[in-house]
Amino acid sequence: MATSFHCDIASAEDSIFSGEVESLVAAGSLGDLGIYPGHAPLLTALIPGPVRIVMAGGDEDIYYVSGGFLEVQPGKVNILADTAIRASDVDEATAEKARQEAEAAIANQDAEFEYSRAASQLAEAAAQIRTIQQLRKKLGG
Amino acid sequence: MAAGKEIRNQIGSIKNTQKITSAMEMVAASKMRKAQDRMQLGKPYATNIRNVVSHIAASSAEYRHIFMEEREVKRIGYIVVSTDRGLCGGLNINLFKAMIKSMKAWHDEGAEVDICTVGSKGSAFFNSYGGNVIAAVRNLGDRPTAEDVVGAVKVMLDSFGSGEIDKLFLVGNEFVNTMTQTPTIHQLLPLNPAEDEDMKHHWDYLYEPDAKELLDGLLTRYIESQVYQAVVENNACEQAARMIAMKSATDNAGDIIDELQLIYNKARQAAITQELSEIVSGAAAV
Repeated sequence: MATSFHCDIASAEDSIFSGEVESLVAAGSLGDLGIYPGHAPLLTALIPGPVRIVMAGGDEDIYYVSGGFLEVQPGKVNILADTAIRASDVDEATAEKARQEAEAAIANQDAEFEYSRAASQLAEAAAQIRTIQQLRKKLGG
Repeated sequence: MAAGKEIRNQIGSIKNTQKITSAMEMVAASKMRKAQDRMQLGKPYATNIRNVVSHIAASSAEYRHIFMEEREVKRIGYIVVSTDRGLCGGLNINLFKAMIKSMKAWHDEGAEVDICTVGSKGSAFFNSYGGNVIAAVRNLGDRPTAEDVVGAVKVMLDSFGSGEIDKLFLVGNEFVNTMTQTPTIHQLLPLNPAEDEDMKHHWDYLYEPDAKELLDGLLTRYIESQVYQAVVENNACEQAARMIAMKSATDNAGDIIDELQLIYNKARQAAITQELSEIVSGAAAV
């Protein structure tokens, strides 16, 4: 029986880790989970937290992921990490912003540049405020 | 010698233009290298998530996600990735032409079209050309992030999820090499991932927490990553196209300067010859 498996950790903007590992522990959405060679095929969401891997040879390494997905295939583990702090609120705000941009472009074809820049800055600021409010609520004050 | 002075001025101004275009060429060349690096960095994620999604499609899941349903096509959506700035040759216009062709083909089959534009050029073009632009992202800059496209993608996915559009396409330039960028149109939704022969046996994942929630998140990420990758790739295309456009502009400016220099020299010589002959004929008359 194999004593190690291949593990890839990648985010949309960067490849974070790729190599043979003996085991790994990640923060799944239903609690921490450890993966050893021979694990059944699994697909799970990850919550923000550390991923601890034990590499072939016994060296340990810890990576932080701000959420994402973990896939287990026979002999291979894929971690698809998110780069951004994601909250449904933030998604909503950016979606709203994209709609506004489209409306702004239609309403203001001549003064396109100044208007859209102002609108996007406004939407961005609103989104940031929301994120900050959320973080405050989470931290309890 | 009024003509001579005019020509000299013209040469001077073209030389200035040439300086600018050659500076832009060098800037584009260095930006292109960085954009290509970013394109490479994003590849593992895009490949991995594509594999996961094709595994899901190959698995005998008890749950079929709405993104995998084929429906009768009444309305289609396009996400078109264009540049924010001009001076990059025919990059954008070739892309729009390819897209209009595809739009026309769908229109002939009786399907309406919704458009989501990424980049200023796209929204400017489709607002004046006529098209139902329902979402737009602009001013992504040279270092686009995955977050930037989330909002626009969500608008399109929501509209697919609620049944407003029945197909979603991604339109963007493919970076073949520095000289060649080809417009590509590829289908995002419904998902039809490549069949993997090794995965034919009967199996399914363990899903945590449950299949629906998980697939919602994962497939959204998948589409986002595809769009992000297209944005990064288009950025590399933009810089490459600009580099080539500016190189040929610099070369053309050089050609014009040579020509003008020749005309200037001829005019100068003509003027000297004329003066001489005037002096000689004047002396002969005395």
